This record gives sequence, C-alpha cells and structure tokens, in this order.
Amino acid sequence: MIASLLSFIQQHLELIYIVILSVFLGIEVISRVPSVLHTPLMSGANAIHGVVIIGAIIVMGEAPADNYLALVLGFLAVILGTLNVVGGFVVTDRMLEMFKSKSQNPNSKSQTAKSK
Amino acid sequence: MTGTCMNSCFPIPLGIDSLLWNLGSGIWNFLPIIYLVGSVTFIIGLKMLSHPATARKGNLIAAGGMTLAILGTIFLYRHNGERLHNYGWIFAGLLIGGVIGVLAARKVKMTAMPEMVSLFNGMGGACAALISVVEFNHMISVPPEGGIISTVIKAITDTGPASLSGRTLIILLGLIIGTVSFAGSMIAWGKLNGRIRDFAFRGQHIVNLLVLGVSVVAAAYLVAAIDNHVQPELSAGLELRLQADGIVRWLFYLVLLLSVVYGVLFVMPIGGADMPVVISLLNSFTGVAAACGGFLYNNPVMLTGGILVGSAGTILTILMCRAMNRSLKNVLIGSFGGAKTGVAKEQGQYKAISVPDAAVVLAYAQKVIIVPGYGLAVAQAQHACHELEKLLEDRGVSVQYAIHPVAGRMPGHMNVLLAEADVPYEKLQEMEQANEAFPSTDAVLVLGANDVVNPAAKNDPDSPIYGMPILEVEHAKMVIVNKRSMKPGYAGIENDLFFRPKTSMLFGDARQVLQQLITEIKQV
Repeated sequence: MIASLLSFIQQHLELIYIVILSVFLGIEVISRVPSVLHTPLMSGANAIHGVVIIGAIIVMGEAPADNYLALVLGFLAVILGTLNVVGGFVVTDRMLEMFKSKSQNPNSKSQTAKSK
Repeated sequence: MTGTCMNSCFPIPLGIDSLLWNLGSGIWNFLPIIYLVGSVTFIIGLKMLSHPATARKGNLIAAGGMTLAILGTIFLYRHNGERLHNYGWIFAGLLIGGVIGVLAARKVKMTAMPEMVSLFNGMGGACAALISVVEFNHMISVPPEGGIISTVIKAITDTGPASLSGRTLIILLGLIIGTVSFAGSMIAWGKLNGRIRDFAFRGQHIVNLLVLGVSVVAAAYLVAAIDNHVQPELSAGLELRLQADGIVRWLFYLVLLLSVVYGVLFVMPIGGADMPVVISLLNSFTGVAAACGGFLYNNPVMLTGGILVGSAGTILTILMCRAMNRSLKNVLIGSFGGAKTGVAKEQGQYKAISVPDAAVVLAYAQKVIIVPGYGLAVAQAQHACHELEKLLEDRGVSVQYAIHPVAGRMPGHMNVLLAEADVPYEKLQEMEQANEAFPSTDAVLVLGANDVVNPAAKNDPDSPIYGMPILEVEHAKMVIVNKRSMKPGYAGIENDLFFRPKTSMLFGDARQVLQQLITEIKQV
C-alpha cells in the first residue's frame, strides 16, 4: 500500500508542487490584511472555494444517462456548488459596496473642507 | 492509445496530460489556459481583497475568473476525447443555484451576514462530499465496459496501478473533510441564528476523538482493501472484480455517517464568542475539500483555489485566536460556552440612567467614545448611531468609535456595519489606540457590547475569558451601557463592569434608545 501511495505522489508531483507553493502564497497574502477587511475577506475566500463547482460539473457531465444515483447526486452538487459561488461573491460585493461609498466620502469631505 | 502517444510525441508533464488529451483529436484546447487565467485571478483577487481601496475590484476579478473557469469546463472539457453531456441538467442546476444564491445574498440583513457565510460554506462542503460519493460509486461499480476495468487499463497504460488506491485516498479525504465542513457549518448557522443551543456532555472530547479515530481507521482499511484487490488481479490479467464490494461500499457509507456525527459533535459544544473562529476554520476545511477535487480530476484551478483558501483560512483563524489571546487548541477543546460560566458571585447594585440624563452627559462632554457590539447589529442601529455622532460633532464634542477585533459575531463585523452607515474610517479606532484614549475620555457609550468590555478578562483568573484583551472602558470618567436587559452576553458570563460606581445602565433597544437620545440632545 505504501509503495502504491508513493507512486501516486510521484505521478502527481507537480500538483503537489502547486499545493506547497499555494500554501505559502495563501499565508503571505492574508498576513497583510487589516482587521477591517477580515469579514469581507472570509466571505471572498468562501466564494473562491466554490471552485469545487467545476468538479460537480464534471461529475454531472460524465454521468451515464441511466445512472440515476449519479444524475441526482451530481445535479444536487451543481446546485449546491453554484449557491456557494454565486451567493459568496454577491454577499462579498454587498459588504464591499459599503466600503466603497465610505472611502469616497472622506475624499469628498476633505475636498469640500479645502474649498471652504 | 491516445494517452501513450501523447506522452511519447510531446514532452508534456504527466499531471496535466488529461487536460490536453484532445490535442490528439486535432482541436487546440484552450481549457488549460483558461484554468491558468482562473488560478491567477484567484491569487490577484485575494491580494486585492486585502486592501480597502481595491477590495471590491478584487472580488469582481475573482468572480470573473470563476465564471471563465466554469464556462470553460462546460464547453471545452474533454476526458479521453469525450466531451461532457447532460447539458440540460448542468444548466438547470446552475440556474437554480444561481437564482437562489443571488436572492439569498441580496435579501440577507447585515446582521445575518455571518450566518449566510456559514451557510454558503456548508453548501460548498456538501458539494465536495457529493462529488466523492459519485466518484466512489463510479470507481467500484463494474459495468460491462468502462468502470473499474477501464480505470485499470488506463492505470497500466498511463499512470501505473497506484492510481486506484491513491484515487480512493483522495475521494475519502474529500468525503471526510467536505462532510465535516458541511455538518459543522450547518450547526454554526443554526447557533448563530439562535435555533440551536450550545450542547456539551461529560467526556465529549473523548467521544469526538473516538468518532474521528474510527472513521480514519475505516478509511485506511478501505484504501488498503482496494489496494490489495488491485495488485494481484493486475498480474493475473485484467479480470478484476472487487469481491469485497459489499463491505467496501458499507465501509464508505460508515465513513460518511461518522463524518456527519463528527462535524456535529465538533461544533456543538463551542459557543459564545468563539463562533467566528469556527466558521473561519470550517471555511479553510472546505478549501481543502475542494482541492481534493483538484487531484481527482488533475484540475489545477480547483487545486489552487482550494489550497489558497485552505491556507488563508487557517491563517485568518490563527489571527482571530491571537486577537482573543487564546490558542486554537484552547478554542476547540476549551468549550467556551458549554463549560462552567464562572462562579456567580454576589454582585452589587447597578445604577440605571434615564435618556434625558444620558443626553445631557453626552451633550456636555468634550470627548466621547462609542463601543459598538452585537446589540447594535441586532437592533440595526448603525444609522441612528452615525446620526448621534454627527449631532454631537456639530456641538463640538469629539466622537470616536472603539472597535474590538472580535466585537459582533465575526472579525470586522462592526467595521462593515458602521461602513454601511457611512461612518468615516478615521473615526474607527483599534483596541490599542482606544485603550490609550479611555483615561482622557469623558463618557463612553457602550452599545450592545458585553464580553469585550468585561474587566473579568483582566482580573478574574477563574473567568472563561481570562486573558482575552479587552477595551478598558472602566478607565473613562463615565460609562453608559446600553443593553436590553441585565442578561449576560453571548458567552454567558456576568459582567462586573455594570456594577461599578462609574457605570450607568441605559436599558432598551439600541435603535430606539439612540433615536430618543438624538431627540433629547437636539433640545438640550
């Protein structure tokens, strides 16, 4: 068993490289986030792991027409995955919309203050 | 075989060959490039999400990359030269999920945002688990042509016999992590909207470990069983049948069931202020479950997306624990809400203050600091709060907000809420700045915050929140606490602050109280 797991690793070596580099990249990117953005960031990350929808689409698209279990489960997976992606990005956008209107306000205020 | 020709004709690395397989059919496939673009947009998106000015654009860029990857998969994906079918099902699923997702995300109130994130996270986990269930059934079923035999043919000619047990391992990992994330997120969702109460029993941690241990052993046995069945059959030719089909299937569903139980037991006893930490942790779990799909389909975009979220979510979890001065182990094992809530000491008398009196105090102060908490979010009082702040500023009172990193139910919850009401950034002070400012502050107005201003965190070693950094509002000249009643906060701990001589209680719903304050101050 160990031998076959080792050869599995060997066959997927470059995927494993991606994993290791992505781990460090994720740490690097997040460590610099101000606490103000923690909630939108969590929500944005939540939307990004919705990429699992691609697996659901493949499962659905490869299901044989007479395999009802695969069809139903695949269909359910596509719905749930889409919920994750769409809901996640829309919620994040809603949160950030508020930040945008706010980051413009100080500018406009300071401009009016200067003009006064 | 196209696969072997491909590998000999072109020096293509093994990991992505399945993506390029249809090169053999003469069509140039853009899918790997689309996946590359998708992965890059995720990285750029996360990066941009970490700066206030670019955050919204970053989210849109990631969403664009995701759309591209989804459309690319639907129309360009080929496996062994075959394209996907069942388009009706796929588009129906996308439509249903999309419509519900947009509606739910648009309708949800700002207060319910954390629940919503938890719910969407659970959906992702369930999606990963379902993929594992379907792929497992696909792998062990032996239809006349295809199924395991074709898998083995592919294994011999393409990758070697190891792929089957490796595949089983990945499927099981995706199943366990996805299911735990789903079950845990559902419990977290129920807890945040008050449908599920904290629940703990003696020896729960041992039961939890036992459940996890049994499912890991069952999973390991499953991988070994499939491995053992494949090896001898291969040498004997291609006649392959998993005689232990029954028990293998049975074990697989046992692992699924145990994962659900573990997910529920894992989140059940964790309560109070620790819920954000749990959601963040479950978020990173789902990321890892999605990455398992990346291995399953040799799909780099699922891999980068999943692992990025997995590692970023873990770091975010640790940052949140650090803000509370606790270790992750302590959060997960220490059962905040379920454990004893400190000895109920004899408390003194508290002092109530009327709205007109509070209005006078605020109107004639020179420096006021507002401490918002979950009560502000529940009452949707952020706009009233901003109005009060502007009114006081017009009278020449300096008004600031003190934001505790874990105020509300999620880190940054208060920032988002106040941002909605157009409160300018520079008015928000972080904990360290605020703690320096409190001694020179005339009045502190605590709006529905409790545990984050509880002095027990500093001076009562028996308190469950002992050691957590707090906003030291007791150093101000006067503290006005707005609460609905004397009931303890979310963590279920009595707050000594309310009984201090400098503290006055202003009971009522935060929004109504603020509106009354505004009317009163206008008349002062």
